Amino acid sequence: MAETHRVGGSPEKFKLKLRRFDPESGEAPYWDEHTIELEPHRSVLEGILQARARFDGSIGIRCSCRAAICGSCGVRINGEPGLACHTHLDHARDSSPDGTIEVEPMGNMPVIKDLVVDMDAVHWKKIQRVTPWLLAKQPVPEREYLVPRENMVDVTQSMACIQCGACVSDCLAMEVDPGFIGPAALAKAYRFVGDPRDAERHERLNDLSQDPQGIYDCTHCFKCVQACPKDVNPMGQIMRLRRIAGADEHIVDQNNGYRHEHAFVKNIRRNGLLHEADLVPDSSGGKFHPRAIPELISGMPTAIRGLMRGKMTLSKILLHPHKAPKPVKKYFDEIDSKPERYELNLYVTGYDEDDEPTPATVGEGSTT
Amino acid sequence: MSIKVAYWPGCVSRGFTPELHGSMAAVAPLLDIELVELDRANCCGAGVIAEHNQELADTLNARTFALAQQVQGAELMMNICSTCQGAQSECQERLDANAEYRAHVNRTLSAEGLTYKKDPGGAGGASFTNKNFLWLLVEEIGLDALRERVKRPLTNLKVGPFYGCYIVRPRERLGIDSEHPRDHYLAQVIEALGGTVISYAGERKCCGFPIITMNKEASLKQAGTHLGDAKDADADCLVTPCPLCHLNLDLQQPLAAKAVGRELQMPVLHLPQLVGLALGLEPKQLGMQRHIVRPTSVIDWSTAVVGAAA
Repeated sequence: MAETHRVGGSPEKFKLKLRRFDPESGEAPYWDEHTIELEPHRSVLEGILQARARFDGSIGIRCSCRAAICGSCGVRINGEPGLACHTHLDHARDSSPDGTIEVEPMGNMPVIKDLVVDMDAVHWKKIQRVTPWLLAKQPVPEREYLVPRENMVDVTQSMACIQCGACVSDCLAMEVDPGFIGPAALAKAYRFVGDPRDAERHERLNDLSQDPQGIYDCTHCFKCVQACPKDVNPMGQIMRLRRIAGADEHIVDQNNGYRHEHAFVKNIRRNGLLHEADLVPDSSGGKFHPRAIPELISGMPTAIRGLMRGKMTLSKILLHPHKAPKPVKKYFDEIDSKPERYELNLYVTGYDEDDEPTPATVGEGSTT
Repeated sequence: MSIKVAYWPGCVSRGFTPELHGSMAAVAPLLDIELVELDRANCCGAGVIAEHNQELADTLNARTFALAQQVQGAELMMNICSTCQGAQSECQERLDANAEYRAHVNRTLSAEGLTYKKDPGGAGGASFTNKNFLWLLVEEIGLDALRERVKRPLTNLKVGPFYGCYIVRPRERLGIDSEHPRDHYLAQVIEALGGTVISYAGERKCCGFPIITMNKEASLKQAGTHLGDAKDADADCLVTPCPLCHLNLDLQQPLAAKAVGRELQMPVLHLPQLVGLALGLEPKQLGMQRHIVRPTSVIDWSTAVVGAAA
């Protein structure tokens, strides 16, 4: 992945195509093109600022530190979310199909002007939603809390978030369900769920599980993992919230999240391969559970169509043609019944030294 | 030149999308791929087992890798499911990153006499390779060789690629870079087969399948939106390397159409079906009659598509 970027080098020309929009003008959004001249290793943000200084003082962009710390300059570059100050001009040119660097405002948030979006209307509301502060266990000790190092190292990954909104911009669940709490806020929630000083772990998890737009609304699309300039791995944090909610706190939510996970695991333990026909009723509590009946009825037309096309056969639906090999069952039982889960976190452990081509090169500014 | 692979078909290709497994079996000999099926292997967990217990998912997939490494003469492991590719790559990343962890998982597998080796060719050698059929097609067989085998170019067939998520993100883990633009391979294959590539908004978005039991409305809206976008871009059909995407895009398409309030009627092909069609196989041999939106009812293969039948 890591293309080497020359530091220094002589200035080159780059074509920038900027998405412009001024709601007060009453005009529709449009594209604006400028050719700027800078050393190839300089950032897209510097390119935009040069265009503003030289050609058009009205270009709207929010920025401050220019060093991937403040999180102000989140935009979409060639359709991908990221920080303008954290993307090299030559890299952006190379990732564009025609060599023109296309810069748009982030998605899932209303545009205030040009490349500036309304973070308050979406991102910060969602952050507020997860009670983003420590609710300390009582009584508060007279001196400092003593917390195991592993716990603190573990939550530093979600603490690395700089609130740039890149993950929110491209969240695919939010695209169809704007009320979804979303990747940034849920990663923030893990920061407190994973903190042993917090007194409200169960309540936090119960709240986020029961909310139809909470942890079980994530579609597992990896967009946020790819978008994050700080390697926060928001989707990974959401999966950990689910794991802790289900396995440690035994929270059975109204969204079928817990039941789906457990039905799936049970299904593979028994069959070795996924037996789809059992998954829907089992996710609702089992074939004979009252809750499963409406699900089964609403699924009937789909099942009938499948049967008529020969995709499914009755014997495939009713019988279990596959059986898991005995050792597989044993792995399920042994690993699942361990008092403590063995969870390798590469963010904490890093990669073995002998691995030359592994992602030690996630990008500068990442904290791996 | 033939290639022998340890073949992992996954679950759904033998469950609710049997036409995928069948079409792969039909296409393999035409591409000189020898498939040695891993019939004792288990479900990859599709991310759900990892969500439940990471060590369990890693152990189950290390088991599959170990079984693949036992296949004599196989150059690599091949899968036909993006979700398997993504879930297995995630586990492989952890297993390969940490020798101590690998040894821990291998201790569990020793109950069956199995071991997953990070570098099967010896220390410092090439690492274990698990490729989706799409990657194998472009990287091992090659687009030129594929082009040479086309018997019935898909002339005038407008195909929208549907990659889904698991095979394109995260890029580093999936080995996507400027030398391996794996997130553009579907387009390259469609072109090599003589078809026309249709770009549309949903190419690399989520089909919605993972939340179908939790938030049906949002899930179907996702499927319906992408199908509708492809229709607006004038696609005749979509092609996907992921059977789970296929479930939401095809099996659930009547419901997805309702969710977005428009008619869709968009056929969705599995990758081996599209390849097979161009290599001269008939829609029926490729199981297309099993689709909910029958490609044959929407597209007239014999005249509109097929330029010069060999």
